[in-house]
Amino acid sequence: MTSDDVLVRLTAVDKRFTKSKETITIFEKLDLAIASGDFIAVMGPSGSGKTTLLNLLGGIDRPSAGEIRFAGERIDGLPESRLAHWRAGHIGFIFQFYNLMPMLTAAQNVELPLLLTSLGGKDRRRRVEAALAVVNLADRARHYPREMSGGQQQRVAIARAVVADPGLLLCDEPTGDLDRSNADEILEVLRLLNREMGKTIVMVTHDPAAAKYAKRTLHLDKGRFSERDLAA
Amino acid sequence: MRSLLLQIAATIKINLKSLPQRFWLSLSTVVAVGLVVVVLLSFLAMANGFRQAVKGSGSEDIAIVLRGGSRSELNSTISRDQIRLIEEAPGVARNAEGKPLVSAELYLVVDGLKRATGTKANLPLRGIGPMGAALRKSITLAQGRMFEPGSNEIVVGKGLLAEYRGFELGSTVKFGTTRWTVVGVFEAGGSVFESEIWADLPVVQSLFNRTNFFQTVRARLTGPQAIAALKRYNDEDPRLKLDVKTENEYFADQSSNTTDLIQKLGWPLAIAMAFGALAGALNTMYSSVAARTVEIATLRAIGFGAFPAFVGTLVESLVLSALGGVLGAGATFVFFHGLTASTLGESFTQVVFSFTLTPALALQGIVLALVVGLVGGLFPAIRAARLPIVAGLQG
Ligand SMILES: Nc1ncnc2c1ncn2[C@@H]1O[C@H](COP(=O)(O)OP(=O)(O)OP(=O)(O)O)[C@@H](O)[C@H]1O
Ligand SMILES: [Mg+2]
Repeated sequence: MTSDDVLVRLTAVDKRFTKSKETITIFEKLDLAIASGDFIAVMGPSGSGKTTLLNLLGGIDRPSAGEIRFAGERIDGLPESRLAHWRAGHIGFIFQFYNLMPMLTAAQNVELPLLLTSLGGKDRRRRVEAALAVVNLADRARHYPREMSGGQQQRVAIARAVVADPGLLLCDEPTGDLDRSNADEILEVLRLLNREMGKTIVMVTHDPAAAKYAKRTLHLDKGRFSERDLAA
Repeated sequence: MRSLLLQIAATIKINLKSLPQRFWLSLSTVVAVGLVVVVLLSFLAMANGFRQAVKGSGSEDIAIVLRGGSRSELNSTISRDQIRLIEEAPGVARNAEGKPLVSAELYLVVDGLKRATGTKANLPLRGIGPMGAALRKSITLAQGRMFEPGSNEIVVGKGLLAEYRGFELGSTVKFGTTRWTVVGVFEAGGSVFESEIWADLPVVQSLFNRTNFFQTVRARLTGPQAIAALKRYNDEDPRLKLDVKTENEYFADQSSNTTDLIQKLGWPLAIAMAFGALAGALNTMYSSVAARTVEIATLRAIGFGAFPAFVGTLVESLVLSALGGVLGAGATFVFFHGLTASTLGESFTQVVFSFTLTPALALQGIVLALVVGLVGGLFPAIRAARLPIVAGLQG
């Protein structure tokens, strides 16, 4: 992998949490390179640091030491306001419980990231329609989350994650709350986004069947990736 | 900048649209703030109504003369000689026959019974001369006729009739050992005089054993500037040394103590209650932030700033308190505005007035409500802005 292909690179990243004098170390000297266009499944036992890894990649948490570069640019030291702006442009988050705003319609939820862009109202509406079409929910634009199934809500969340056209999608157990068929539908959408639209995806999952949709799987245990992943 | 406005608009929308999820808690804040405003505004409307009633009776071209240093009619005495000097004073107007337009008066307190409660109250009985009614603004007889000079007849103000028992036209009332017949009911444009009983001065003097006893002199001036001349004349003659005021000045003095007192009761009470409402608002808004933790964190993860989270929370608080303020002002208007009451005036007599809520007063109430909302929303809003994203996403 040449450095041009690398979208995100973690170098010697430490992550520690200190709680009432007790310090727990999640990562120590963690190195990771994520190629542009990759689709990575991250697996590992509960508490191994999977969510923490996504938070670091997404710029909503900071490493205790080491550096994180995105497209060659360091993001770990950016002030919060710059980081928020950076997230808006480059990251799409997808959560296990969708995290939609219950009082907004599907279209209004999807529009949220566009409010951070310079797009006018008409352009925003067009982008929202397109994003909902990608996840097959064009006919649900005016529906509220409570009027939709879990699978449909997660598809709205995916539309929200991609509407501003970020390069990296970070999914934390996106199918963790769904049954098999709904899960497969979501995973198909993610695969489509990866293959057809070139999105780089990092997906945390406990489900080996879900991991099969990814191009490769990283096993995280006690803050380290297992050997065979590093070779991959 | 545009993006910031869009973020703020979206956050406010999300906040306000989530209000139904916290309906009862939010409603309790609205009600608490509303009650504070009702308390404040009812006091202010009372003070205002009282001031209007008292001020409404004053004119610029009527002079009121009391003994020097006596703040009210009850404490004043004026001699017949002094009255004669005033009748000859410069600035005092005369009628076509050349008679000075002057009314020497006696002012007494008699007992009356309140219609509503049956409790005793002090009512003012005024002995007036033939010029007395004409020396007051907009006196008209609503029922009956004027008392006959020399007879035991009285006319009563409309406000007094409404508030006290036994003053209906034609009825007989007893003051001490004397009996009087009500022969007329007069209106006085809502002024303090509507709370008075009038009778012929010589009759009152003799029946109450106050022969040759006067308390005030009322004089029509030749114009608004004439008061200066009359004051100078009074100051220069050692036999006078009386207090000379225009009727307007006199009534303003009379009402200022009472209105001050009402306001001095109303504001502290309302502010003390406002602290209670503030505690409620803080509780509601902290709960709101707690309930919206995941939403706030999600928006932040998407790239929204901390400031919109701050503004959204603050606006929610301000909307709730403004709602309380408007409801409070509305409730005060519906339940108190126009309500007739009577209160102890400066002269230990009843002044009938009606609570008067003005837009300016309502605004004061709403401003107090907004202050409660601002302070009650500020600290929760800071918490919302400082919410750590990672912890927030975990709910
Ligand atoms: N803010 C925090 N403060 C203290 N400890 C934390 C914090 N966030 C995470 N941890 C700890 O870090 C470790 C890794 O947490 P993380 O959420 O990344 O695990 P995970 O692999 O996502 O687990 P799961 O599969 O249960 O979601 C856990 O032991 C957790 O208790
Ligand atoms: Mg996790």
